[in-house]
Amino acid sequence: MLEIKNLQATIDGKEILKGIDLVIPDGEVHAIMGPNGSGKSTLSYVLAGRDGYQVTGGSAHYRGQDLLALNTEERARLGVFLAFQYPVEIPGVTGINFLKTAVNAVRRSRGESELDAMQFLKLARKKAKELGVGEEMLRRAVNTGFSGGEKKRYEALQMALLEPSLLILDETDSGLDIDALKVVSEGVVALRSPKRAMLVITHYQRILDYIIPDRVHVLAGGKIVQSGSKELAQELERTGYAQFTGQAA
Amino acid sequence: MSSALSSPAWLQSLRQTARDRLESDGLPGRRDEAWKYTDVGRLEVMAYPLAERPGSPDLTAAPASGERTQLILVNGFLHSAPAQLPAGVSLTRLQDAQEVPALLGRLLPEQGKSFATMNSALFEDGLVLQIEAHTDLEHPIELISLGQADGPPVAFHPRLLLVMGKGARATLVERHAGQGQYFSNSVAELLLAEDSCLSHYVLQDEAMTAVHLALTALRQDRGSRYQAVLVQTGGRLSRHEMLPFLEGEGASFSIEGAYVARDQQHIDNTTFVVHRAPGCQSQQVFKGVLAEASRGVFQGSVLVERTAQKTNAHQLSKALLLSDRAEMDAKPELEIYADDVKCGHGATIGDIDENALFYLRARGIDDKTARQLLINAFVAEVVESIADDSVRAAFLAALAQHLSHLEATA
Ligand SMILES: Nc1ncnc2c1ncn2[C@@H]1O[C@H](COP(=O)(O)OP(=O)(O)OP(=O)(O)O)[C@@H](O)[C@H]1O
Ligand SMILES: [Mg+2]
Repeated sequence: MLEIKNLQATIDGKEILKGIDLVIPDGEVHAIMGPNGSGKSTLSYVLAGRDGYQVTGGSAHYRGQDLLALNTEERARLGVFLAFQYPVEIPGVTGINFLKTAVNAVRRSRGESELDAMQFLKLARKKAKELGVGEEMLRRAVNTGFSGGEKKRYEALQMALLEPSLLILDETDSGLDIDALKVVSEGVVALRSPKRAMLVITHYQRILDYIIPDRVHVLAGGKIVQSGSKELAQELERTGYAQFTGQAA
Repeated sequence: MSSALSSPAWLQSLRQTARDRLESDGLPGRRDEAWKYTDVGRLEVMAYPLAERPGSPDLTAAPASGERTQLILVNGFLHSAPAQLPAGVSLTRLQDAQEVPALLGRLLPEQGKSFATMNSALFEDGLVLQIEAHTDLEHPIELISLGQADGPPVAFHPRLLLVMGKGARATLVERHAGQGQYFSNSVAELLLAEDSCLSHYVLQDEAMTAVHLALTALRQDRGSRYQAVLVQTGGRLSRHEMLPFLEGEGASFSIEGAYVARDQQHIDNTTFVVHRAPGCQSQQVFKGVLAEASRGVFQGSVLVERTAQKTNAHQLSKALLLSDRAEMDAKPELEIYADDVKCGHGATIGDIDENALFYLRARGIDDKTARQLLINAFVAEVVESIADDSVRAAFLAALAQHLSHLEATA
């Protein structure tokens, strides 16, 4: 279970998150929608532990642990996975090397044995195939020169390999073509289990047709201004955010 | 001069001319523009005595030859060469040449202060390698220069002249290593005839107590191709200078350099590319990692003469600074007299990419390993261009060994 209480955060002294309250029990999928600049990515970065984001109040606990007290890699090993809205290009670091290092770091922390090169390659190929990631992409440098959609598939591949327990998808649907959206969504749905919690940040209803949320929240002006069942997403698609931006200002 | 007595007359006179010039002009120092950032003229190493022929050299630093044709110099003396050279290849020592080899010294600066002059005055076993026209060598030729100063410090001046015949293809590997306090001042002259093709891989992994200066001068005729990878990791002070003359139409020159420095190390990469013929290309990329109080220098000049239309010339210097005490001086320069050219240059000096670091850590990779991955990737990319597997592996290993020291001292 993820428990966020009155979470407030600033960037360079600018207030971005103004008191977020959100509880996601294990097994549930929650969606967050909201206007551009409302703080959705900021929330995901704060949960992942990015430098430069100062938490000025409130708390975030996952499975009873104080997330905010852990560094980025410790959170990842605890099972927190952020699929980036803008995945980072890392020239010179090959995908295979990166993925293997990450998978083994996480396995070690779980007390599992490390995979050797052959075992890993076999696993990576299988998952890559399922997600429509070409073998050639595994040999290339991480995200370097990938198209927008390829980067998102590659995020999904990392997710499939690391098998996290708290998934935060920051606009993973943006940039994917219609077929890729289906493939990636199915990859996420395959990970759905009573032990996993998911937070799906999106602007569009479409991904929620595949990954059906238990709750939908609207984040505007750094606060959650409305929560509801999955029908809320459809309603927002019709009404837009004007009612909330007025309210939040 | 130990070999002076047995030297042919031409060599004695060449040395005398060099000695006279050295005496009248002296060595370059900080006041000379090209040596502004790397001031060696007044170092105590200039007073190191010339090395004697070593009795029983320690060859542990020399790698197994594998299938390479391996020539080993110890303190500038030829220690070993295979009895049988590949077909189309010949090797002579300069002192055994009855006549002056054509073009010896022609590419070197003829006036002013120069360490090449010092080399001409003082080299021991100068080597001449000839590769006959249309020879296509399957395996690299490897020249290993070992410095050995177990007792008092010594100086030596390795010298090579490589002549590639028309259409010849070869790989030359140069490795510099050693132990103790020594000063190595090497000069290589490379002549690439029409349509010849040379891959040149240089690993400067001298003792951390050594001073290393090297000049590689080359002349490229029509359609010739030169591709170099230069890795500098050793020496307390080192400078590698490239001086290519693109004399024939459509010649191409490329160098990729990587360097890693720590402690008080000083590593200088200087190039001076001269475009004289039309339609030639030159590419330079240098990438360095500077830790602790080390210093890096990149001076890259490209001169495009009026005759060199349709020149394509690019140079790039990228340095990663891992400490506030580290310093980088980058000075790319273009001097263009032709009007139809494509030229570009750039220099960046930076820190580790925080976004990349966060991305790796968000996947569970610890901070230290993530940094290591990023630093390795930054320089290792250069070495990936080496076509020969065993050479590439050896260069990567040298880089990895020096990079691991950065970790230990970070
Ligand atoms: N490094 C930064 N420095 C200053 N302001 C920032 C920085 N990063 C984000 N912001 C600001 O914080 C606010 C929230 O940004 P955030 O990226 O969280 O929005 P978002 O809800 O994810 O928007 P989108 O839907 O466009 O992805 C924006 O006003 C943005 O300009
Ligand atoms: Mg966002």
